[in-house]
Amino acid sequence: MSDITREQVEHLAGLARIALTADEIDTMTRELGQIVDNVAKVAEVATDDVPATSHPIPLENVFRPDVVGETLTAEQALSGAPDHDGSRFRVSAILGEEQ
Amino acid sequence: MTDTASLIRLSAADLSVKLGSGEVSSVEATQAHLDRIAAVDGDVHAFLHVSDAALATAADVDRRRAAGEPLGPLAGVPIAVKDVLCTIDMPSTSGSRILEGWVPPYDATVVKKLRAADLVPLGKTNMDEFAMGSSTEFSAYGPTHNPWSLDRIPGGSGGGSAAAVAAFEAPLALGSDTGGSIRQPGAVTGTVGVKPTYGSVSRYGAIALASSLDQVGPVSRTVLDSALLHDVIKGHDPRDSTSLRDEWPSFTDAARAGLAGGALKGVRIGVVKELNGEGFQGGVKTRFTEALDLLTAAGAEIVEISAPSFEYAISAYYLILPAEASSNLAKFDSVRFGMRVVPEGGGTVEDVMAATREAGFGPEVKRRIILGTYALSAGYYDAYYGSAQKVRTLVQRDFAKAFAEVDVLVSPSAPTTAFPLGSKIDDPLAMYLNDITTIPANLAGIPGITIPMGLAAEDGLPVGLQFMAPAREDARLYTYGAALEQLLEQSWGRTLISQAPDLSSTEQHAATEGVI
Amino acid sequence: MAKADLMDYDEALQRFEVVLGFEVHVELATKTKMFSDAPNFFGGAPNTNVTPVDLGLPGSLPVVNEQAVRYSISLGLALGCSIAESSRFARKNYFYPDNPKNYQVSQFDEPIAYEGEVEVELPDGTVFRIPIERAHMEEDAGKLTHVGGSTGRIQGAEYSLVDYNRAGIPLVEIVTKPIIGAGALGPELGAAYVSTIRDIVRSLGVSEARMERGNLRCDANVSLRPHGQEKLGTRTETKNVNSFRSVERAVRYEIQRQAAILASGGTITQETRHWHEDTGRTSAGRPKSDADDYRYFPEPDLLPVVPPRELIEELRLALPEAPVALRRRLKAEWGFADLEFQDVVNSGMLTELVETVQAGASPQAARKWWTGEIARLANARGVEPSTLVSPLHVSELIALVESGDLTDRLARQVLEGVVAGEGAPGEVVEKRGLKVVSDDGALIAAIDEALAGQPDVLAKIRDGKVQAAGAVIGAVMKAMKGQADAARVRELVLERAQA
Repeated sequence: MSDITREQVEHLAGLARIALTADEIDTMTRELGQIVDNVAKVAEVATDDVPATSHPIPLENVFRPDVVGETLTAEQALSGAPDHDGSRFRVSAILGEEQ
Repeated sequence: MTDTASLIRLSAADLSVKLGSGEVSSVEATQAHLDRIAAVDGDVHAFLHVSDAALATAADVDRRRAAGEPLGPLAGVPIAVKDVLCTIDMPSTSGSRILEGWVPPYDATVVKKLRAADLVPLGKTNMDEFAMGSSTEFSAYGPTHNPWSLDRIPGGSGGGSAAAVAAFEAPLALGSDTGGSIRQPGAVTGTVGVKPTYGSVSRYGAIALASSLDQVGPVSRTVLDSALLHDVIKGHDPRDSTSLRDEWPSFTDAARAGLAGGALKGVRIGVVKELNGEGFQGGVKTRFTEALDLLTAAGAEIVEISAPSFEYAISAYYLILPAEASSNLAKFDSVRFGMRVVPEGGGTVEDVMAATREAGFGPEVKRRIILGTYALSAGYYDAYYGSAQKVRTLVQRDFAKAFAEVDVLVSPSAPTTAFPLGSKIDDPLAMYLNDITTIPANLAGIPGITIPMGLAAEDGLPVGLQFMAPAREDARLYTYGAALEQLLEQSWGRTLISQAPDLSSTEQHAATEGVI
Repeated sequence: MAKADLMDYDEALQRFEVVLGFEVHVELATKTKMFSDAPNFFGGAPNTNVTPVDLGLPGSLPVVNEQAVRYSISLGLALGCSIAESSRFARKNYFYPDNPKNYQVSQFDEPIAYEGEVEVELPDGTVFRIPIERAHMEEDAGKLTHVGGSTGRIQGAEYSLVDYNRAGIPLVEIVTKPIIGAGALGPELGAAYVSTIRDIVRSLGVSEARMERGNLRCDANVSLRPHGQEKLGTRTETKNVNSFRSVERAVRYEIQRQAAILASGGTITQETRHWHEDTGRTSAGRPKSDADDYRYFPEPDLLPVVPPRELIEELRLALPEAPVALRRRLKAEWGFADLEFQDVVNSGMLTELVETVQAGASPQAARKWWTGEIARLANARGVEPSTLVSPLHVSELIALVESGDLTDRLARQVLEGVVAGEGAPGEVVEKRGLKVVSDDGALIAAIDEALAGQPDVLAKIRDGKVQAAGAVIGAVMKAMKGQADAARVRELVLERAQA
């Protein structure tokens, strides 16, 4: 059984900015443990002499010319915004009371 | 021949002929499909959104055709679009609550191509949330029901597109395939689906799941139809850096070549030992063996291939995908688009982000984000993500070795027929095994097709056969796929899909129990 | 927050060894952004300079700007770096509202340039070799404005507004290796280093490098360790350092602050600090917790950059002279005394002088105006001299003085007009009618009028009291509103006296 702990899951949820409930953390700790046990075997065959492949089809030097294209209008840019002031996106305070 | 019942049964190719000759108008064809959707989608739930612009688009095509304007082969043909693709005139939710009602300010490149080719978008189809799943049960908007048996899953993540096509709600659909999301639903709904070579179809505007695995592809009832659609969407896109610059042959021609007869003579076909049925449902194995016999009878040579790295493919996949997805899904944070949930009493923007993502993401998505975050985090990268990328190299090497000996590989497209709704939803690992035959192609970037290969004896449900070809050799899928499809239909005396139950009868209703 | 204790600077250096590091971000002056084809310019109404890529909309994908890569390679070469045979982009994952994808596309273990060295000359002539660890490409974030709260700062703000115009602008981040052995010169070295980087990028033409516009940003890292200890001390990173002087002051402050803490038995918190120009202090920002696990991985949406050898050589051949070598050459060519030249370099106007001389002015005249009147005007307004007037206009002004069309005093008025935006020097002269009157006839008429009021001046001059001419000259200058060449007026007056 892998050693994924509840504290780890809480930490990961923090990194991922998801406010998991206590129940979810419990379930996920168990489930992740099982999954990780299962997938960890990749390390068995991933020896030093095997290079990693991050792109299935190798390409290189893919560029675009430094030429201006079309931009969105501010209206289009803001069209999906949950909250805005007509020209900028609005979010609640970035830090808490301290700091 | 303008009644709904007959119009909707036409393949896209046949409909295209009738549109071209003027026998049928696009408005008639579109109306027929809209009527069909109205009649059966209450039970099937393939669609999340039906377009209110479809008839106008169809009318415009008819007008231009009447004016003598030269139009492409699929002009005026209706099509369903998986909700993972951005459409400027319809919501694009990727099956998630967090994007409920979001209308993008731009079209995906493939959608632009559809419109330029004058296809008629009918609406957006249902899917597992953010394409994570093999049953469409993880859609935030309720599952889609398999038209063959409404209490069963239609496959996933693209169950909506496959079901729409299987239920004759559309002759064509677009899907996306990251680990089998086009091919596995194709198998369990008795339809055709193709995952193109990675990079051969643009990903711009396809809401990303796993960037190095995702591809958009065609969904249809016949191989020729998928080829026709693939010809529309293929090609280099300067907005997608991973897009290939290759000139592609006509896949329509490749499919027709397969239908012309004799295409399988001398073809070397590899059967992958590791994908050949251990733990697979009996009916799947039986039909697969029969299909191999048909291929042999047609002059093909079956060769056994070993790909030892495939044993690790699912594990590698379930590390690479969550890692990339955890990063791709970070943008859903309540700031620029989508849902925003403010915790009681307010909070900092961080609190709002966390509350939004908690409420807006479903359980499978959260699971994979956490898993992916873990795989990338400090101290774990080498063992997990880093190692998985090495397995990917090994998988590519096994494919390369195989294709040095054979022209194509075959396997069942899924290990089972459609399972009942709710039966695997509490067991993530069991759910992941649905993709065992489809995942290797995504890891390697090579193309794959599923074609219906029959019904399983024990439950009368469809099973599919998968062809895989070397990267860039998508044409082989169409030639050999069409050839086998023809042989199978000859042996049955009819198409497989014609054997699907009649949905408009009163006996079939979505079961209210067991539906998530 | 309690004001920090500061140890006396000299004492701090006696007790501790200072180790410095600088991260300089250079905004590249390409036409479009790093990964999208939105225009790359300063200003514009909020959120009007964005594509789906810059907003991080679902489905959007990055595509690399070819020119940005060329500029980055040139910059790497100018820093004495090796250029990577194969370079990759990586995702740096962190959540922040100005980060549209909540990851930044940057470079991690395969930067475009690595292992370089930059020569930096201090005001007193000491030359340091600053080791460069790497230079890599990345994209900028959007801009946050904090509302509510008393200072417009983040503390106590009620809400924040986000403008993504800046998101995606191409940046090159230059990271030094730990800089050891600067001793008491550390703060000045920091300022000189940033100034040198500025000169390099401007001479390459890859960036406008205006710190006040954010084209050039510096984070200063400071740590202290007891003399002789090998292990590096805990470092702080200070941001919001917006001018060369701020670099110097911030480094000095941190040395003093950290020394006081360490001397009293405390420990330094590893954190990002914020420099306050007005109070001359740094304050604690967000603590660098382990929540900042960036989970770098290769960017799957982008492909490796493999610069062809021919391109690298082409760019290497096109490199301009390195700043220290350039300075040596110019000082010799211009024939400036050491102090004169140092004056120019220290005031950061070397480039302006070079361009003014290129436009035709003499080096001394250029120096006189840039370090004199223009610097004075700039200081009074609290801006960089280069923002007030262009080298071309300065050279035109100098030409007008040298041709006798303007006196020095008139030229200063013309300069004010140019700075006020009234046009080129020639245009200002026309509009304001400031030209020196060179018509002797007009001068004589004015002299006659002046003499009419002071009839005995001519007699005094004939008597040998030449200085009596001064009263007439003064009167003439006043009558002509200064638009006369005083020396010529004097000549004419004396001639009249002989006549």
